[in-house]
Amino acid sequence: MNIPENLRYTATHEWVRLEADGTLTVGITDHAQELLGDIVFLELPEAGRRVAAGEECAVVESVKAASDIYAPLAGEVVAVNTPATDDPAAVNRDPYAAWLFRIRPDDAGAMAGLLDAAAYRHAAESESH
Amino acid sequence: MLIFELSRPGRRSAQLAPAIRENTDDIPERARRVQPPLLPEVSELDAVRHYTRLSQRNFSIDTQFYPLGSCTMKYNPRAAHALAMLPEFLARHPLAPEATGQGFLACLHELQEMLAEITGMAAVSLTPMAGAQGEFAGVAMIRAYHGARGDHARNEIIVPDAAHGTNPASATVCGFKVREVPTTAEGNVDLGALAAAVGPQTAGLMLTNPSTLGVFEAGIVEIQRIVHAAGGLTYYDGANLNAILGKVRPGDMGFDAIHMNLHKTFSTPHGGGGPGAGAVGVSERLAAYLPVPLLGREGGLYRWIGERERPQSIGRLSAFMGNAGVLLRAWVYARMLGREGMARVADFSTLNANYLMARLARIGLPPFFPARRASHEFVVSLKPLKDETGVSAMDVAKCLLDKGFHAPTTYFPALVPECLLIEPTETESKQTLDAFADALAEILDLARRDPQRVKGSPWTLPVRRLDDVRAAREPDLAWNG
Amino acid sequence: MSFIPHTAADVGAMLCEIGAESIEALFDEIPAGLRCAGLERLPAAMNEAEVTRLMQSRARADGLALNFIGAGAYEHHIPAAVWQIAGRGEFYTSYTPYQAEASQGTLQLLYEFQSMMASLTGMDASNASVYDGASAAAEAILMAVRAKRGARRVLIPAALHPLYRRTVRSIVAAQGIELVELPWEAASGTTNWKAIAAGAQEAAAVVVAQPNFFGVIEDADAATDRAHEIGALAIAACNPLALALLAPPGRWGSGAGADICCGDAQPFGIPLSGGGPYLGYLTCKQPLLRQLPGRIVGRTVDLDGKTGYTLTLQAREQHIRRAKATSNICTNQGLMTAAATIHLALVGAEGLHRIAAASHARTRELCARLAAIPGVRPLFPGPFFHERAIGLPRPAAGVLERMVRNGILGGHDLSQDYPELGHALLVCATETKTGADLDRYAEALAEALSC
Repeated sequence: MNIPENLRYTATHEWVRLEADGTLTVGITDHAQELLGDIVFLELPEAGRRVAAGEECAVVESVKAASDIYAPLAGEVVAVNTPATDDPAAVNRDPYAAWLFRIRPDDAGAMAGLLDAAAYRHAAESESH
Repeated sequence: MLIFELSRPGRRSAQLAPAIRENTDDIPERARRVQPPLLPEVSELDAVRHYTRLSQRNFSIDTQFYPLGSCTMKYNPRAAHALAMLPEFLARHPLAPEATGQGFLACLHELQEMLAEITGMAAVSLTPMAGAQGEFAGVAMIRAYHGARGDHARNEIIVPDAAHGTNPASATVCGFKVREVPTTAEGNVDLGALAAAVGPQTAGLMLTNPSTLGVFEAGIVEIQRIVHAAGGLTYYDGANLNAILGKVRPGDMGFDAIHMNLHKTFSTPHGGGGPGAGAVGVSERLAAYLPVPLLGREGGLYRWIGERERPQSIGRLSAFMGNAGVLLRAWVYARMLGREGMARVADFSTLNANYLMARLARIGLPPFFPARRASHEFVVSLKPLKDETGVSAMDVAKCLLDKGFHAPTTYFPALVPECLLIEPTETESKQTLDAFADALAEILDLARRDPQRVKGSPWTLPVRRLDDVRAAREPDLAWNG
Repeated sequence: MSFIPHTAADVGAMLCEIGAESIEALFDEIPAGLRCAGLERLPAAMNEAEVTRLMQSRARADGLALNFIGAGAYEHHIPAAVWQIAGRGEFYTSYTPYQAEASQGTLQLLYEFQSMMASLTGMDASNASVYDGASAAAEAILMAVRAKRGARRVLIPAALHPLYRRTVRSIVAAQGIELVELPWEAASGTTNWKAIAAGAQEAAAVVVAQPNFFGVIEDADAATDRAHEIGALAIAACNPLALALLAPPGRWGSGAGADICCGDAQPFGIPLSGGGPYLGYLTCKQPLLRQLPGRIVGRTVDLDGKTGYTLTLQAREQHIRRAKATSNICTNQGLMTAAATIHLALVGAEGLHRIAAASHARTRELCARLAAIPGVRPLFPGPFFHERAIGLPRPAAGVLERMVRNGILGGHDLSQDYPELGHALLVCATETKTGADLDRYAEALAEALSC
């Protein structure tokens, strides 16, 4: 299970990276892409959309499943990775490079409530047993 | 080869075109079509040969054993098809006066009454066009019932986690939230969890019984008590009605609303995916909400009953009368079985399932619920085989195709890992079941000797395994020249 | 007669293998108090000869009238080959093609059907059919509402089939969707699209019936443009046979065309059969593909690179997505799809055009004959396809009843759904009618009005 130490995580298998400009980049974890299998389609939010913490704001679809992606924190969607929609397999190849969207959080301090790598590893492992 | 690839410019089946002079000068130029549609130009023989050949690339009940769990793939009597296709019935316009269709309406009215008796429900509507529409109708009636009582807080439908995916989907399209309750290790609804889940928000419960796990819900009486005591109603998903026909009726089990899959239990054709027919039945308190049209009989004459006479109805689910031609086929089947034949369906579908379950246990495929009787179907898990050989349930399913059997349902219910849901139906003989068990034994043996051979199957069909990922990533959904 | 093959010896051997004393013992998990004593109110079994006699006598009593009713279900010639092939056991008794390798026949046929319907409607994609035209309209509306997140108002012409409107209402009612009816103009029988208020900003979609319920050809270009101007999707609801003559919805308007097309493909080889089973179709433009419910077949390759067909884009469907599915639909109308595909292949584009044009011509000729009857007049002057609303000097119900006595189904009484039209009926003549049939109709109508 590839879980980079420098990222934060949610129990719903999103990874979150705090950028220098204060925005958060969001993608799905290696564990999540493995569970889904071959990803065939990404439905991403529109830039400018307001999202609440835990709100469904994207869908990652494989042949056998369609999985909702939740906003890790409340804020505004400021960017989406449009090139990834043309090559959804990129999420399988390198889930930590193929990000999905960026959020400008209302309260960056809420980052502290997300899981660190060790906590996510623990959560993911207990789920698969 | 596609029919389009057989096309040759200028070739046509001239005898099929009407000999009437075109006179379209009244249609304005800008409303007209300029480019003709991409339809093939072929002779009648080309088309007949092409589609006959295509038909030969299908497995079907008429050509193969088709033990697809929860789908009841039993023999479809030819008489039902022939009699529903009598010219007078085929020519009947849905808006023609009732007086000109008393024979047709009599069949539908009798079917409506027979289904009420068979299921123990107070009233039946034949209009839903498939099981999913029957579910929709049932849940919509539950919603209407609570709404009429001003009980608007009931916004939740409870569904066991083993249920067909349509149950939660139907509840959602009716505007309800869905709450799942877990299943115990014995395959029953977890009564403690159910008791904890119900409350003033509970509109109802949807239940399949025998369940999708192929066992009779042992706590059915208690389940009814819990849901009804909380003010909820209960809905019976009739997918597995074949198992209990004439043995125990949904109405007697206390259900308020049910749907039947006439294409399963009443042997109307599955037709490559439809048309279905999903008649619904209700207890007295839901009768006013039944979808229209219903069939009535007055002074010896049969007639439609519509919205005007049924102001509380949830309304109409199709433009006319559901899949009327399918209903005629179900009527023929029910009349041929008669009162004696119904229970025999349950007897022999149950006998076949329990026999095949015992046979498979002997070749090393024990049932997932070893302490339970099978209903008309049962579940086996191939998890041990996969752990041992790497051969999955899907691999075994594909290998069965090579041996001339349609595969059972795979990977459903999702609660059971690497599962096959096997439903032999009553119309199959012991000899067919034996041959199927022998084929599975050979596959298990092959899986241990040469797993790659099984994983590569099917080898003998028109195509080998298809690239589903490519199909979904680069959808090619229409030929365009 | 339960079609059960077991011999007594089989039953004995099977019970022995199970280790049960009797078949009855296999039901011992059902609580005894729930068991049913018998189905006393059911009739006794009939054998095939008996049920055939009964069914034939009922069919004969119903008889075969000369039919001029349309109103959403149309009589056309069905080539003999259609049902001889569609009725083959391999199509008739197979199921949803879950095992693609063992269902290439059905799958390829569905791909051909999708191709034909996409081309006929000018759309990018088609599903493998839904139940009927009315439920297809409901699904089209649900697609539009999903695509236009948040907008929950849909504009529907009052000149859309009344039974379609009622069906749509029952199906979408629980989802908080507001249906607003667009009036038609008394002089033309068409919808005034330009009058759609700019205030209808919240609309997710505008439905355009072509031809509309009165048989009149609408200004579909204006409708589509107006829908797009107010930010709504344009949903076409079409008799697909009319599209052999009329512009395909995908090309309507000055922009990219209508977004979704729905309707009933019953005119393609499906018998009237008292109201069903018919064949709902649903096609759409590429951007809406992921909203398209139901089964969809795609072309792909197998392990050896050989072309094959499979169900695809299923991750949004109920068996996977459960409560979050795009729709609760499982089945399509497979067998009807087989009939329609074979029908379209047999007649081709040229044949289809001739069937449509002949139906149009016959209705025109019928109207010319009716013009000679005092008090009988077409209600709307505008161009029509193969149906017309006809005004009568007295109530249609009585007139139709008298025509039935002459063996003629004279049309559909419009007064129930459109009382503002006065005494009116909707009449349809298709290519199945001969000049002599039209004469008979005119005579019977004149006679019914004179007594």
